[in-house]
Amino acid sequence: MRTARLLRRSPVLVALCLAALFMTVPFLIVVVNAVKSPAQYSQDGPLSLPDGLYLDGLKDFWERVDYSRKLLNSVLISGSVAVGAVVLSVLNAYAIGIGRIRGRTWVLAFFVLANMIPQEALVYPVYYLSKQAGLYDTRLSVIIVFTVLQAAFGTYLLSSVLSRFPREIIEAARIDGAGTWQVLWRIVVPVSRPTLGVLLVFFFIWTWNEFLLPLVMLISNDNQTVSVALGVLQGQRLMDATMTDAAALLGVLPALVFFLVFQRTLTRGIAVGAVK
Amino acid sequence: MTATTAARARRVTGGRHRAVHPRRARDSYALFLLPGALAFLAVVVVPFLMNAGVSLTEWHGVGSPEWTGLANYRALLDDTEFRESFRHSLFMVVAMAALPTALGLVLAAALFDHVGKHFGSRTAAVLRACFYLPQVLPVAVAGIVWSWILAPDDGSLNEFLRVVGLGSWRQDWLGDPDLALYSVMGVMVWVQLGFPLVVFMAGLERVDPQLYEAAELDGAGWWRRFVHITLPQIRPEIYVVLTWCTIAALKVFGAVYVLTKGGPGGATNVPSYFSFTTFFEKTQVGYGAAVSTVLTVIILALSLVGLRLQTRAEDAEEGPRP
Repeated sequence: MRTARLLRRSPVLVALCLAALFMTVPFLIVVVNAVKSPAQYSQDGPLSLPDGLYLDGLKDFWERVDYSRKLLNSVLISGSVAVGAVVLSVLNAYAIGIGRIRGRTWVLAFFVLANMIPQEALVYPVYYLSKQAGLYDTRLSVIIVFTVLQAAFGTYLLSSVLSRFPREIIEAARIDGAGTWQVLWRIVVPVSRPTLGVLLVFFFIWTWNEFLLPLVMLISNDNQTVSVALGVLQGQRLMDATMTDAAALLGVLPALVFFLVFQRTLTRGIAVGAVK
Repeated sequence: MTATTAARARRVTGGRHRAVHPRRARDSYALFLLPGALAFLAVVVVPFLMNAGVSLTEWHGVGSPEWTGLANYRALLDDTEFRESFRHSLFMVVAMAALPTALGLVLAAALFDHVGKHFGSRTAAVLRACFYLPQVLPVAVAGIVWSWILAPDDGSLNEFLRVVGLGSWRQDWLGDPDLALYSVMGVMVWVQLGFPLVVFMAGLERVDPQLYEAAELDGAGWWRRFVHITLPQIRPEIYVVLTWCTIAALKVFGAVYVLTKGGPGGATNVPSYFSFTTFFEKTQVGYGAAVSTVLTVIILALSLVGLRLQTRAEDAEEGPRP
């Protein structure tokens, strides 16, 4: 009763709830249909509620695309990139933000530009060079490329964070005899841990979601990531409606897990990242 | 008294420290840049220059490239496929930058100014999360979800129209050349909306609540508060979002690959997909490199404009403060 009165008082809230529902409906119908049997799907269509829990469709699809393998590839690639890119960003930003090296404005401008260059302008040379280097169709090649590309953004963000780092702490440590390396690992990294955590999460999810470069670089089934494997299948139009839906659910699930686990980090980090 | 002494002592030691070996200390920091510099050279600089170089040649990926100067760029001017792909980019900018920014502003203001105040910040946070959800999906997976929803026969959207008695509105959303581009645009609005919303809501957090309270006391309605407080206060965020989303719109690839493969009949072709097919399907590497170089120039130019607008907005914002 009280809610009904509340809703009548606020049409804005009702409108916003409807809009939010519209945003989440695609997720809901994917989940509903993934547990429907093909017979029921063809008879009742996609909008009916499932009669029971039918998981064979998902299981078949999982085995057909060797989904465990794709998950493992995605975790391995995204995890390595996240760690590597954070390390590289910290090293760069330490020199720029705290070391105040000569010409740092230009160095920083270079990293910002590198961050803006579209992958389309790098993709063929990267493909060609990795073939020359014997790294084509290896997960390592994708890890290297994305570590560098993500580090461009990380350097940009961390440099501005570290340039505001309290100098007194660093100078006190130096007077106590700490070298630059010790200052970095014992003081700068521990103090900046929250920002590094945000970067780690972002790099992981961004790399997970990447499509173009992994599509070009990872052609063999054994090396493909989740996004590429599902995207390629869909692009080939080999799947029927139920199978597409199984693919959709298996692609959506990891994203939902990240979202639930990292909700706060994501919304906070995106604001930090967007406005310096 | 003690505070000033401590500050002076710090200044003295700090000064002496800098005076003793300023040059060597700076140079030792430069070493930390070395791994990053080398990695960037190998992964960004060299490929980027190679791409620009290849765009001046005719090359099929094997053998040696044949120098043709600006021939590829001249050919681009007469290539209707190329011009169409850039025209579609403008539609993508509307769908991925203009519309999400406008909708995001209204939604952020409504969530912050109305829902947050009258129904608690928790309600606002839950609603914000719903709008942000599509942003965590890989864009290829978003494409799979929507190509299944928009399927011609038993797709959920057509099924929904039939159930509510609008059966005559059923369409082949992605297969009809007149409709496909608009369908892709609709999907991209859905994908993109959460980003501006989250950025704008974060921006609104730093607006002094007294501004709103004073305006409300003066009898300013919702629209006046939106135009005279919300918009000017978060101008830097608006520029960031517009720049960022415009660049994303120019680069859109995964969604087009999965939803339509640029079809039907090139109706949804975009520059990045065009360069991809030119590279890897037609193996006209020189021509594809020219396409991606043009795209890069446009993106870098837009980034610079965006950065300028953003710094100017921030300066203007900091100006009148005491």
